[in-house]
Amino acid sequence: MPASPKASDTTGGPGTRSARHGRTITPYLFIAPALAVYTAFMLYPLARSVHLSLFEWDGLSLATFVGVGNYTDILADERLRAAFGHAAAFIFFYALLPCGIGLVLAAVLTRAKVRALPLFRVLVFLPQVIAMVVVSVAWKQIYAPDGLLNSGLRSIGLEALTRSWLGDYAFALPAVGLVGSWVSTGLVTVLLLAGMAKIPTELFEAARLDGAGAIREFFAIIVPAVRAEVTVALTLTIVASLKTFDLIYMTTSGGPGSSTTVPSYEVYRRAFETGQVGSAAAIGVTLTVIIFLITLAVNRISERGA
Amino acid sequence: MKPRGKTLTGALAAAAALALTLSACTPGSEAPTSSAPLTSAPVETDVSKMGEQTLTVWDQEVRGGQNEQMTKLNAAFEDKYPNVTIERNSQSFEDLGKTLRLALSGNDAPDVVQANNGRNTMGSFVKAGQLLPLDAWAQAYGWTERFPASVLKYSQYSTDGTTFGSGSVYGLPQVGEVVGVFYSKKKLQSLGLDVPSDWAGFESATATAKDKGETPLLLGNIEKWPAGHVFGPLQGAKAPAEDIEKLGFGNAGSTWNTPENEAAAAELADWNAKGYFNEGVNGTEYDAAWQNLAKGEGVFLMGGSWMAADLADAMGEDVGFFAPPATAGTGAHTTGGTGLPFTVTSKTENPDLAAAYIDFITNDEAMAVLADTGNLPVINTQKYAPASGVLKDVYTEFETVTTKGALLPYLDYATPSMGDTLGDSLQGLLAGKLDAKAFTDAMEADYAGFTQGK
Repeated sequence: MPASPKASDTTGGPGTRSARHGRTITPYLFIAPALAVYTAFMLYPLARSVHLSLFEWDGLSLATFVGVGNYTDILADERLRAAFGHAAAFIFFYALLPCGIGLVLAAVLTRAKVRALPLFRVLVFLPQVIAMVVVSVAWKQIYAPDGLLNSGLRSIGLEALTRSWLGDYAFALPAVGLVGSWVSTGLVTVLLLAGMAKIPTELFEAARLDGAGAIREFFAIIVPAVRAEVTVALTLTIVASLKTFDLIYMTTSGGPGSSTTVPSYEVYRRAFETGQVGSAAAIGVTLTVIIFLITLAVNRISERGA
Repeated sequence: MKPRGKTLTGALAAAAALALTLSACTPGSEAPTSSAPLTSAPVETDVSKMGEQTLTVWDQEVRGGQNEQMTKLNAAFEDKYPNVTIERNSQSFEDLGKTLRLALSGNDAPDVVQANNGRNTMGSFVKAGQLLPLDAWAQAYGWTERFPASVLKYSQYSTDGTTFGSGSVYGLPQVGEVVGVFYSKKKLQSLGLDVPSDWAGFESATATAKDKGETPLLLGNIEKWPAGHVFGPLQGAKAPAEDIEKLGFGNAGSTWNTPENEAAAAELADWNAKGYFNEGVNGTEYDAAWQNLAKGEGVFLMGGSWMAADLADAMGEDVGFFAPPATAGTGAHTTGGTGLPFTVTSKTENPDLAAAYIDFITNDEAMAVLADTGNLPVINTQKYAPASGVLKDVYTEFETVTTKGALLPYLDYATPSMGDTLGDSLQGLLAGKLDAKAFTDAMEADYAGFTQGK
């Protein structure tokens, strides 16, 4: 090992360079194994995807270089624009709606001192630990024309509302989206419960003395206190919403028509089914950039607000 | 935030640098540029003279009777030629479809693979030079005499992959498929109806069933493709067979924009509008639909012969099958084809052995094994027909369609994207989102885009 930094700084001369050199390289040596793995499994595939996205390639024969053609196609292709639109709608169902519900649910649970709180936590969190494929299959049955939802509606005299939820152009997207809400709400609620548990009870007592009601308490104390947890919840759920694949693949295959297709489903479809590997890569890269920008924005906004 | 920004820039620069070094190689450049015909070498048909050999076979015969026949035939081959070991890799249809592309472009490609006929799979492989044209072996083994031309054309492509349905033989199928109508005998009897003998009879039977309060036609179309097996026979009853063939094979010279095609689409939409189908077809699962026929919740179910085994298990003698011809007494023009053909990869080291194996699993004795294990042999079908049951109907109809009628290609064979276009458009048609004209326009756009872009 080289001499201490101080010594090398003061002595100067030929020893300095090698000492500095040693000092800069050592940390990199420590991270080298991890970096190598990261490069092999993350950076290289990423770069390769960017590279592929510049070609028109069927996955088999020689590719043709098309430059940014695949990216301009994303803007020109109505089906793809719609896919990104559906992903945006999913942000509402996966992230915003669960955060709203989760805030209220967690606040009620915290303040109401429910006796079976641990049990309730487990129940709310349950959808998170079930594989999405299982969730999808179960909800597909619920939404089926003779499924649970429709039979329920029929039994309470709402026959007129029954429909084939996943086969209906107007209702398929919200129907699939609500499955996402169901899954996300548990995660969000548990995160927020943890955040709310940290709020000192004196704060609530002080607010009570000043005559604040439950609603005032919610907005003046609870919401500001869990800002960090909300940021985490939003980041996780937004990323989940944008990369939704399994839910669509298992329930609607993007249908009816292309009314529920999402970018990650299009990546799969193009890469493995229709032989448009370059286009698939371009969609994947675009999606990565969008997810990166949105999570960055969410974190910036919350940091600035804090 | 500043330091983070700096590392980010660094990472992006590194990624860009990496991308630049990668750009030296064009994707696909390692693929063979053209397939060597290999026809100059004399064909060796005696496997016992080939020495110790291992043959790698990738198939998708995973279900009950399918797996059984494959196991039996492989064992028989190894028994006959002790110098050969077969290494079998069996995956589901979906899995095989997804892994085959990678396997064929890799260095350790299998010798024999079961590749789906259409442009999306076999077509792309032929175009990329990854499959061997088997003409020399077809001649040596007399495959053109063994298989009727109407069956063999499903495995034929021009060597550049542009023409489908004629040209070199690239593989051989074991089984046949035909799309027709399954029905419940009890239901038909209670409605006072006979088994329809022609298309008009079938249409009037559906109307009668509707009038008497039954669901005439069961369809589960959430997967998008099942409606194609309803549209196919409808189109076959109206449009000329040779036009449909061109459309299905994705060969130039036909168009979707004809009054006949439009009429077929209009009729499908009309059936739906009249309430001939169950409620919410686009939200019903394929499997739920046939299970509903078994539960007695409908009269007819249009679908492929591959459903016969499942339906027979669930319904016993109650289920029957027919393919309605346009005029009684003739053969129907309906969708169908062959099981996935077994093909030889261009990376195989012993094409003679691969071809001998394909010959062995498709010869007369193999057909008998296929019939024994509950499959539909693609040749001499009638010879193996069981004495009764729905399989007897299926065998008979397949024979009638191939010999007297027309076995029309699946419409999604046409182009790599046609499966999607057809599925999306049929869902639109059934939901009333697209009218018949808009449907044929969407199909024409895909078909013409492909045939003219070649």
